[in-house]
Amino acid sequence: MSMLQVSGASKRFGGVIANEKISLEVPEGKIIGLIGPNGSGKTTLFNSIVGYHPLDDGSIRFEGQEISHLRVPEIARLGMLRTFQQTRIYGKMTCVQNMQISKPNRNEGLMSMFDRFPKEDLARIDHLLEFVGLYSKRNLLAGDLSFGQQKLPEFAMALMNEPKLLLLDEPTAGINPTLINGLIDRLKRANEEMGITLLVIEHNMRVIMNLAEHIYCLAHGEMLAEGKPEEIQNDQRVIDAYLGAH
Amino acid sequence: MRNTILLVLGTIIAFAVPFMFPAYQNQFAMLWLMILFALTWDLMGGQMGYNSFGNVVFFGVGMYITAVIQRDLYFDIEEYAHVAGRIDALTPDQYLTGIFLGMGVSGIVTVLVAIILGAGILGLRGHYFAICTLGLTIAAGEIASGIDYIGAGSGIVTPVFPTELMAKGMFFYFVFMVLAVGTFLTNKWMLAGRFGLAVNAIRDDEDKAEAMGIRTKRYKTMAWATSAFFLSMAGGAAGNLFGFIDPINVAFAGATFGVWMVLMAILGGKGTIWGPVIGAAIFHITQELFWTYLFGWQRVALGAMIVGIVVFFPQGIMGFLRQHWPHLFGHKVDEQTTVEQGATKESEA
Ligand SMILES: Nc1ncnc2c1ncn2[C@@H]1O[C@H](COP(=O)(O)OP(=O)(O)OP(=O)(O)O)[C@@H](O)[C@H]1O
Ligand SMILES: [Mg+2]
Repeated sequence: MSMLQVSGASKRFGGVIANEKISLEVPEGKIIGLIGPNGSGKTTLFNSIVGYHPLDDGSIRFEGQEISHLRVPEIARLGMLRTFQQTRIYGKMTCVQNMQISKPNRNEGLMSMFDRFPKEDLARIDHLLEFVGLYSKRNLLAGDLSFGQQKLPEFAMALMNEPKLLLLDEPTAGINPTLINGLIDRLKRANEEMGITLLVIEHNMRVIMNLAEHIYCLAHGEMLAEGKPEEIQNDQRVIDAYLGAH
Repeated sequence: MRNTILLVLGTIIAFAVPFMFPAYQNQFAMLWLMILFALTWDLMGGQMGYNSFGNVVFFGVGMYITAVIQRDLYFDIEEYAHVAGRIDALTPDQYLTGIFLGMGVSGIVTVLVAIILGAGILGLRGHYFAICTLGLTIAAGEIASGIDYIGAGSGIVTPVFPTELMAKGMFFYFVFMVLAVGTFLTNKWMLAGRFGLAVNAIRDDEDKAEAMGIRTKRYKTMAWATSAFFLSMAGGAAGNLFGFIDPINVAFAGATFGVWMVLMAILGGKGTIWGPVIGAAIFHITQELFWTYLFGWQRVALGAMIVGIVVFFPQGIMGFLRQHWPHLFGHKVDEQTTVEQGATKESEA
């Protein structure tokens, strides 16, 4: 059984049909891609999955449990995390502090609100910040990093939280081409070495073809096609959708 | 070492002040109250980014609860009406029992009030929260003005201080000192751990905090209830210091205390440990000077000062320091780019 199972998910905003009967599956341990032209409903689907807004129709199961009625923090604590298309970090806190507060908070009691930060945390934080290439800037305010750089602490924070499944909304947007290769490599290592399953929204075809084993393509809120990267690349409907010939 | 010396020095000064300046005991007692105002506000508004204009409600509630307990403990209402609103027959023992019992009960009750109110309004964000809390203050004043049991619009007179105990100013100086220092230490202790980073995260981006699984509601309620606890006990003592409780001008005084607590925290530097203390000291001393040297114009001068603070010191004193000398706060780039290099450097140092 798949780790994440979306079936028949629909979401409308007034007259706009953002998602119409979307179904997809993310098996444990895999990297799955989600592509589609601007406005095709990718971010909306992410929002529905993580409980940001209620579904109009359909069901979402995470590790077999129905989660479509749960709220964002509850779902996050189950081990499914998302990053934002418009990067979000805690700007007035240092990178290290951003990491410290991103520790998993699954089983914390009332008094753990006042926990101190143990030494082991710092070691792990240093390690993860080095992993994303931010070690030398770890004591800067995260908000003082450039917009492109802010993607790095956001990714590191997600790893710090030890999710089972990580939903990444355009992780390479705004990052220059030379650094993109490094990022692809890190995503793969997060998947292989840390055992994190990934669902990745991506516009950059080269990136997603490199990364994902299976790709879903949305257009106009509907599932247009799915398949292996080569199949998707050669699918006439996908090519048309991207060229706007509809 | 330097810190220990400063601590000892500070303690000596704090204890010596009421003896050195007996004529200014009340003003110094008020200074501690102002520090407490700024600190409790900053926990919500500065550290967590929830700009509350409703914190003064807890102050007022504590004031009323304490006064009522002091009254009802030793008088029944009939008799109270008989002594024409003045309670001056209390022995030192009765006075102390009444005021401290009252403050204790206030603390507990307002924590519950904060939890219940919080469940309703801590879900509001930004301006909506600010405006809602402002409404809360106004409503509280109006409601108190309508309840006969607590003197309605004409308020309550608190018991006369038994001067055979000690000078009134001396007593309240130490009461407010203990409360303010207690607030400071509590803030410092809470903010030093996970709580501190969690409320800062809520301030910087609450959606992100939720997306990361932080139990935001729990942290918000904790901050609000802690503010309430100290404010209400301070309110209980303040009612006795002032000698008279008016629902709108003293207890739920949104236009004075309610605004001042915000300004003092901003002036010193929102979201810092020492900022509110510094801000409160500067604000209170300046205000006292206005009162002495600009009498008749003191309100105008105060208004001008408020505008000045908001326009020229939006970041406050601590914020200004941090902006201009970030390395003093540890915000600097390292030469080491890997953990290994960093470890080598540390072992050399
Ligand atoms: N909160 C909202 N209210 C109203 N309409 C919305 C809302 N969120 C999304 N939409 C609409 O839903 C549609 C899908 O938007 P969505 O953000 O999911 O697209 P996307 O595939 O992520 O696009 P992009 O590649 O540009 O990020 C768009 O037409 C958008 O205008
Ligand atoms: Mg999007």
